[in-house]
Amino acid sequence: MEFYVISLLNSLVFGMLLFMLSSGLTLIFGMMGVLNFAHASFYMLGAYLGYQVSVFIGFWPALVIAPILVGIIGAGIERYGLRTVHKYGHVAELLFTFGLAFMIEELILLIWGRVALNYQVPASLDFTIFKLFESDFPAYRVFMLVVSVTMFVALYLMLTRTRTGIIIQAALTHAEGVGMLGHNVPRVFMIVFGGGSALAGLAGVIGGNYLVTSPSMAILLGPIVFVVIVVGGMGSLTGALIASLLIAALQTFAVGYDYSLVDLLTLFNIELGSEPLFPDLWRIKIENTGPLLPYLLMVVMLIFRPKGIMGERES
Amino acid sequence: MVKRYSVWIAAPVLLIVLPQIFDSGFAITMMSEMCIAIIFALSYNMLLGQGGMLSFGHAVFYGFGGFISIHAINLVTDDIIVIPLELIPLVGGIAGFFFAILLGYISTKKAGTTFALISLGLVELVVACVLLFPSFFGGEEGVSGDRMLDYSITGIGFGKGVEVFYLIAFWLMVATALMYLQTQTPLGRMANAVRDNPERTPFVGYNIHLVRFFQFALSGFFAGIAGGLLAINYEIVNSEMIGALASGHVLLMTYIGGVGHFFGPILGAVLYTFLHLTLVNITMAGQLYLGVLFIIIILWAPNGMAGILMVHQPVWRAGLFKELLPTYLMALGAGLVTFFGALILVEVNYHLSLSIEPDKPMQLFGVEFLANSWPPWLFSIALMAAGYFMLRPIIRKIGLKWDELTQVMQGGK
Amino acid sequence: MKLKSLLLFLVGAFVFSIFSTAMAASGTIKIAYIDPLSGGFGDVGDAGQKHFQFMADKIKAEGGFLGGMNFEIVPFDNKISAKESLVQLKHAIDQGIRFITQGNGSSVAGALIEAVKKHNRRNPDKTVLYFNYAAVTPAFTQSKCDFWHFRFDAHVDMKIAAITDAIKDTPSIKKVYLLNQDYVFGHAVSAAAKKMLKVKRPDIKIVGDTFHPILKVKDFSPYVAKIRKSGAQAVITGNWGADMSLLGKGVNESGLKASFYTFYAGGLGTPSTMGKAMDGLRQVTEWHDNLSVEENRPFDQKFRKAYNDKFSNGGKAPWYYGRIRTMMEMLVKAFNKAGSTDPKAVAYALEGMEHTTYYGKVVMGRKDHQLLQPLYISRFTKTDGKMVKYDRENTGYGPTTEFKTDALDTATPSSCKMKRP
Repeated sequence: MEFYVISLLNSLVFGMLLFMLSSGLTLIFGMMGVLNFAHASFYMLGAYLGYQVSVFIGFWPALVIAPILVGIIGAGIERYGLRTVHKYGHVAELLFTFGLAFMIEELILLIWGRVALNYQVPASLDFTIFKLFESDFPAYRVFMLVVSVTMFVALYLMLTRTRTGIIIQAALTHAEGVGMLGHNVPRVFMIVFGGGSALAGLAGVIGGNYLVTSPSMAILLGPIVFVVIVVGGMGSLTGALIASLLIAALQTFAVGYDYSLVDLLTLFNIELGSEPLFPDLWRIKIENTGPLLPYLLMVVMLIFRPKGIMGERES
Repeated sequence: MVKRYSVWIAAPVLLIVLPQIFDSGFAITMMSEMCIAIIFALSYNMLLGQGGMLSFGHAVFYGFGGFISIHAINLVTDDIIVIPLELIPLVGGIAGFFFAILLGYISTKKAGTTFALISLGLVELVVACVLLFPSFFGGEEGVSGDRMLDYSITGIGFGKGVEVFYLIAFWLMVATALMYLQTQTPLGRMANAVRDNPERTPFVGYNIHLVRFFQFALSGFFAGIAGGLLAINYEIVNSEMIGALASGHVLLMTYIGGVGHFFGPILGAVLYTFLHLTLVNITMAGQLYLGVLFIIIILWAPNGMAGILMVHQPVWRAGLFKELLPTYLMALGAGLVTFFGALILVEVNYHLSLSIEPDKPMQLFGVEFLANSWPPWLFSIALMAAGYFMLRPIIRKIGLKWDELTQVMQGGK
Repeated sequence: MKLKSLLLFLVGAFVFSIFSTAMAASGTIKIAYIDPLSGGFGDVGDAGQKHFQFMADKIKAEGGFLGGMNFEIVPFDNKISAKESLVQLKHAIDQGIRFITQGNGSSVAGALIEAVKKHNRRNPDKTVLYFNYAAVTPAFTQSKCDFWHFRFDAHVDMKIAAITDAIKDTPSIKKVYLLNQDYVFGHAVSAAAKKMLKVKRPDIKIVGDTFHPILKVKDFSPYVAKIRKSGAQAVITGNWGADMSLLGKGVNESGLKASFYTFYAGGLGTPSTMGKAMDGLRQVTEWHDNLSVEENRPFDQKFRKAYNDKFSNGGKAPWYYGRIRTMMEMLVKAFNKAGSTDPKAVAYALEGMEHTTYYGKVVMGRKDHQLLQPLYISRFTKTDGKMVKYDRENTGYGPTTEFKTDALDTATPSSCKMKRP
């Protein structure tokens, strides 16, 4: 029981962090058709800038300033980089972001060095908020949850209740039509790209100290974000939310089960010889498959339901 | 006739002569790796260039080719099977082919982003499996073997690097010729059609899914050959060969070389491997230079190096290239000044932030100076500014010259 | 034609710069340092290079060896890739380098041992000697041992022997949990711990033996919940890097009170990411920051300070590899003893060599080329200015010795059958 409650809470926290990261990516993809490989790099940039700003003027200003800075950088990259390659098609755009991810990592190395940063949870949030069974539950996790839920609600309201949001929604599916109506579609693209980057930056600011802030943090988290947007359905915010929570739960709960195929066989009273064919296959426990499950889910999803859980169209 | 086949005669001669001129261990290793990279990049271009399939997981077939080959070498060493070393790459090729068939049917149903994402998912799946199945993949350490087998067709021992190079060069010629011929077959042609217009191709009576699938399987075969050669060259195969990083490398080299022409990936593989292996010992900023090169190609030369060369083909044919040459040389000079300025700035910054003793003087082109003093900064910025102001009029001039030449050529016709 | 001369000059300068770095200064023995200097493990390789550079400078200042010869450390970036290490090995051999050292990644070490072995067999006139300072797979000095490979770090079984000895003397520990990364190294840690605990403390129950995916886990709280559920009083883990940092953070957040016996809690870059989560963690090392304080050796405190002043980047990456000093001192001795710079002679001189280091007596195994050195289990607590004088990586937490194993006691039975040239 204890394990389930704690795991449920933790998968909620991690899932919402994942969602914050992937919401920007799914919007960018849905609208511009760009599979942004540098998205996790914006997350890394957010963590580093968040650290730097919090060293100068504290964590709370950093929570606002760092995502805005990342958003401005993102918008600039869209305006002066992506827009240039747009005429060469989606493959070139994708490769551009691929190269961009490389460059951002190099720049971070150049500015902050190779060593992981000493980026810690702020003292004002560093306490135990309640005791769950015997475990302490840290206040910072609750804070992360609050920030991400607030962000989801704000984003949802912005997209459904404001004029800009409605234009963005329209441009998601009918970019040309929106252009015909006299809206500046390139500018909408820039706003969405900048906004998506800022969201990733925000995830970096609050995730960087909770996890580890190091030059490899983008590579470690990058692929899983793609899984989220594919499973959720590209361009769908609700889908990304469901997929984030699902994948977080999948990885968190797999830990709890140490059954292997041998156990399955014993259930049917079959005994394995001492030297079976594929000796490794039988040894694998469910808890070891954590890193494998999301990708399996993604490939299966792409084959059988390419539009994802909530997606409305195929890529 | 002679002109048409001249490349196929010159290339083997070059491959035979090169190791006699550059005979250091490092040079041989680098040339061997270049040849392997060429096969790998060409096989990748069968997907991206010919078939329009952007894959992030091509190294899966390269890696499986390598693993199966090294296991085959070990089985031969243990006297369980008999295969001469010269044919081991074929084993790798068959392995690559097999896995491409296994994974290809489902992933080639769709092209475009879906295909790219499936390949991304598959490569991550395979990487996750590497650690789950240590008895096949050898865990973190990988699988090693000894290429000096008792069985050999030619009687060569393959202890020395240069002997292995000649084996790789032989396979390079075979694989390149086959891949070139493949572009002339109906399948190769239909792959182009499927790339350019998947809606209309079915009307000619071809199943686009099957065209993609066959193209994919053949591409896996050649990637497997490259993997087998790599296994022979390094005598060790581990997880880094099968992962996303290796897939990224082949994507970069193919794209830098140019996906639109058959010889593009060859240029890209040679240049990329050269830079990748040498820059690392000259500068700490090697990764940055490669990244910048890649981005420049994407922004301004989407057809890669081959594209730049091929644009000049008609001019060359018309004998007008000498008209362009002076402006090109000027552009090169100005470009080098700019590049040199930027290079100083980059090197100074890397020295200050990542070298082990930033306060000590650094060396660049034989000149020693302090990185945290003002002269290098000033010099670098001056060079960049000068180069920029020199480049601008020259680029305009090149544009004008081109317009002029185009008119002359059209008028000539 | 100004342009042409400029071009010629540039090309000439470029070629010259390449050659000038390749030319050797006479009177120096070059050691190729093949480790990651860029990419995800760049920080670790960078710190290692600084350790070696510092020792090379120190040896030079003290007059060198063989009548005034010195070491020159030549860095080669391998990006922690086995394949690129082999290319760099070729590169080093081309430059006439006959001694190499490497430490990060058993995959790289395994590939280098094989490659050096094959190279020396195929080129007996250009032999190469390999010093391993940190790759800890036991097989390298056991079943896969080789004459041309020397290891200066204690391998997994030796470190686990020290940890289990410490646990043996702690009667309050009745239940032990094993949490390791799911790859060869993690499995070796788990297997050794199970085997040795069974012999030393048959009453102890192994209440968990979990392997987690390496460098993929973002949140260790489910594992912490599992440990808590098992009721273990002690946890043994070989985790390193982000896996150690995140585990430490998870334990600290949840308030779990078990004793953590780790390999790499103090590993480079780990303490600074853990911060206050360092409190109470234990590590097994051959040296630690406060050893010279405990044993009252002011000279070694000065040594540590001299390094940190020069290379630690304001205390962020302080002296860590105690054994690198040992290795370099032993090399000086070996060159002097051999009276030559031939790798084979140096190798024979190193075999069986005894040396007194700043952390106790050590001896290089004659049969397996494995260095036997004392191992210390130390516990991190808040610095108090007295015995816990120095902290790690500006965290405010420093180690104190809790348990010590002498060099000869760390010996494990070896299955090495070495062929000698």
